[in-house]
Amino acid sequence: MRREIPLFITGVVGIVFVLQYFIPHFPFNKMNAWFSDWFSIVQACAIWLGVLNLLKISFQNIGRRKDDWGYAIVIVVSFLAISIVGFAEGEAFRDSGTSFTWLYDYIYTPLSSSMFAILAFFVASASYRAFRARNFEATLLLLAAFFVMLGRVPIGDVLTSFMPDQLQLSSLATWIMNFPQTAGQRAIMIGIALGIVSTSLRIILGVERSHLGGGD
Amino acid sequence: MEHIALWVAAFLTLGIYSFLYKDNPWYKLCEAIFVGISAGYWFVTLFWDNIYGKFWLGVFPDTTTNATGEIVYVSTPDYWLIVGAVLGFLMLLRLVPKIGWISRWPLAFIVGATAGFYLINYFSSNVMAQVQDTIMPLFGVGYNASVYDIIGNVVIAVGTFTGLIYFFFSKEHKGAFGGAARVGIFFLMITFGAAFGYTVMSRMSLLIGRMDFIFGDWLGLIG
Amino acid sequence: MSTRTKELIVLSIVTVFCIIVYWFKATGRMHGFQFSTGMSIVVSALIFLSLVVVLILTLKGRLIGRRLVFLYVAIGVSLPFFMSITQEIKISPEVQTLYDGLAELPTGSKVLVAFDYDPPSAPELQPMAESLLRYCFNNDLKVVVMGLWPQGPQQANMAIEAAMRDESIASKNLQYGVDWVNLGFQSGNEFVIQRMGSEFKSMFPTDYAGRPYDELELVQNVHNFSNIDYVFNLSAGFPGTIEWVQVAVDRYGVKLGAGNTAVQAPQCYPYLRSGQLIGILGGMNGAAEFELLTGFTGKGTKFMLSQSFAHMIVLSFILIGNVAFIIDRRKKKSPIR
Repeated sequence: MRREIPLFITGVVGIVFVLQYFIPHFPFNKMNAWFSDWFSIVQACAIWLGVLNLLKISFQNIGRRKDDWGYAIVIVVSFLAISIVGFAEGEAFRDSGTSFTWLYDYIYTPLSSSMFAILAFFVASASYRAFRARNFEATLLLLAAFFVMLGRVPIGDVLTSFMPDQLQLSSLATWIMNFPQTAGQRAIMIGIALGIVSTSLRIILGVERSHLGGGD
Repeated sequence: MEHIALWVAAFLTLGIYSFLYKDNPWYKLCEAIFVGISAGYWFVTLFWDNIYGKFWLGVFPDTTTNATGEIVYVSTPDYWLIVGAVLGFLMLLRLVPKIGWISRWPLAFIVGATAGFYLINYFSSNVMAQVQDTIMPLFGVGYNASVYDIIGNVVIAVGTFTGLIYFFFSKEHKGAFGGAARVGIFFLMITFGAAFGYTVMSRMSLLIGRMDFIFGDWLGLIG
Repeated sequence: MSTRTKELIVLSIVTVFCIIVYWFKATGRMHGFQFSTGMSIVVSALIFLSLVVVLILTLKGRLIGRRLVFLYVAIGVSLPFFMSITQEIKISPEVQTLYDGLAELPTGSKVLVAFDYDPPSAPELQPMAESLLRYCFNNDLKVVVMGLWPQGPQQANMAIEAAMRDESIASKNLQYGVDWVNLGFQSGNEFVIQRMGSEFKSMFPTDYAGRPYDELELVQNVHNFSNIDYVFNLSAGFPGTIEWVQVAVDRYGVKLGAGNTAVQAPQCYPYLRSGQLIGILGGMNGAAEFELLTGFTGKGTKFMLSQSFAHMIVLSFILIGNVAFIIDRRKKKSPIR
């Protein structure tokens, strides 16, 4: 029963979502609406599960005095701080001037932005140390990157300003993006899509069951 | 308050960048705050927008007084949402090891819905629409394409077709088939190169944003 | 002196420097500075001359340390803030078609703007959002804002506040609920778009601050995508433009324009060619081009010089590494591995 019911749920829900595309009328339109609404709520709970699990692990780390358990305290305190503020301020918690917005603007934004922006340094370092034209394919990759990087900023056209408009770097970058790049991207897109379609079909038909995990 | 806010933001920004020197307690502190604040942010937002906004108000809508003085719901209660809430609750039971297996039901629902939805979406938008746009008259509909367009159409058709051949692993890449696969690799390399160029562009933009904060908003050095 | 002591001394010096600079700023004694054009050219030349030194060192088989590369990137990105060099920005066809789609909307048309991004992507997408909103408000288009990312509605509020600071827009005395609404965030990714195809209200029973949907005059008659004239998606990943194309465009036939982070933009080009997207703004460059078209100079344009410099620095490092690699390979000995 621990596997049969989930398999049944997966199959029915999957089939309904396929059928409602072809028959957008009763009962499939209604079922589509219910399932979409439920999906929204279940997804919210799934993210809550992740958050609560983070807290559980943090408390375990604190309780067992694991390495860096002090940072686990910081995680819990930060979580509680923004949560208490968010719940206390009610539905309009995101209005400008609220404490929640202050936390968003001056703590969440600098932290998240800096965390992602730091990658710029590593991209540059890797370009210097590892990006080598070792063979024809790598040279093609490098040349495409070169022309796109120069052509997508104004300096590219400054450097080729002596050439006719159609041959300037911005035009070349536009051509690369719209034709060979699009062709390669499309091949990847179709390949991935066919993979998704076949995997989806296997899941709906119950052939693919790995998402249910082990056990009975 | 504005001064404190700017210094807090600067302290956290520089704390993250201190990792460029080496891993250190300042960075770890900022990282832990980031994890906690992010988790709390999602927790609160999902509560107000979904658990309360969608589920609670959907099942128990607010009331108002109508023109005749009657107390009425502002919208029709949707009791079907309770099923979604039950599934969501079952998902949370994952945290209780003894009955954690029951979370497979909502998980099965999520997987089934996604599989059914993606099967159609990807086939229609990422296969059919793309194939339709690739298999088209090289000289344009109505034979009115410019030389630029004709070359472009050839590049698109050849690039997509050979790229797909490269992804076809059921036949050994030898002879004409292998040659086509090799042309496919060339197109894929150009694609990855362009993607790399755009990735650099993106990462640099994010850094520009942070540097603008440090030298502009915080230190006020930019004239 | 131990390394730790040295580190503490450097940290203290930097902190004291920052406090002094901030104090000057806070007391109004300093209002920032800008190099003259001549000085800007000299500084640029110095940076690239120093890269020649890096090339020589690399040719000698001495790769410079990663921290020095980091320093170059930081300088390459920051110094242009202080430079007075102007560059001509050219409009790409994909940006032009996106703008043309907006320009043909009659007054009073409803534009749905989906903010599907978070603060890390704001340097690329926020300038697009601000230009778009300024354009819409100036041209009397009605704006409905929503987000599939929880941070989206907050980024939208920031963009709206920035747009409202424009005199021409402030003088219009636009009203929330009449000229624009912010429906907030809803979880469910592409299922939210799917459900909006039948009824917006089902996914957004209230706006971002809890006001009931039916009390918002602008959306009282908006039931589904057939009541929307143009959809603009600002996207940094999943869920984003791909999902909007798959559901809103291919199922409900909406007219969709997209502003993407540069990382995501290449993936969306096949949709552009097939007509599923009417245009794309890719990264900060796309934002700058859009600003030029809409006539509002913002951060996209302002930061193009930094972007150019950053690209030049990265390209220089790629070239230096490869020149050294090729010469080294010819010598049949390779210290650069």
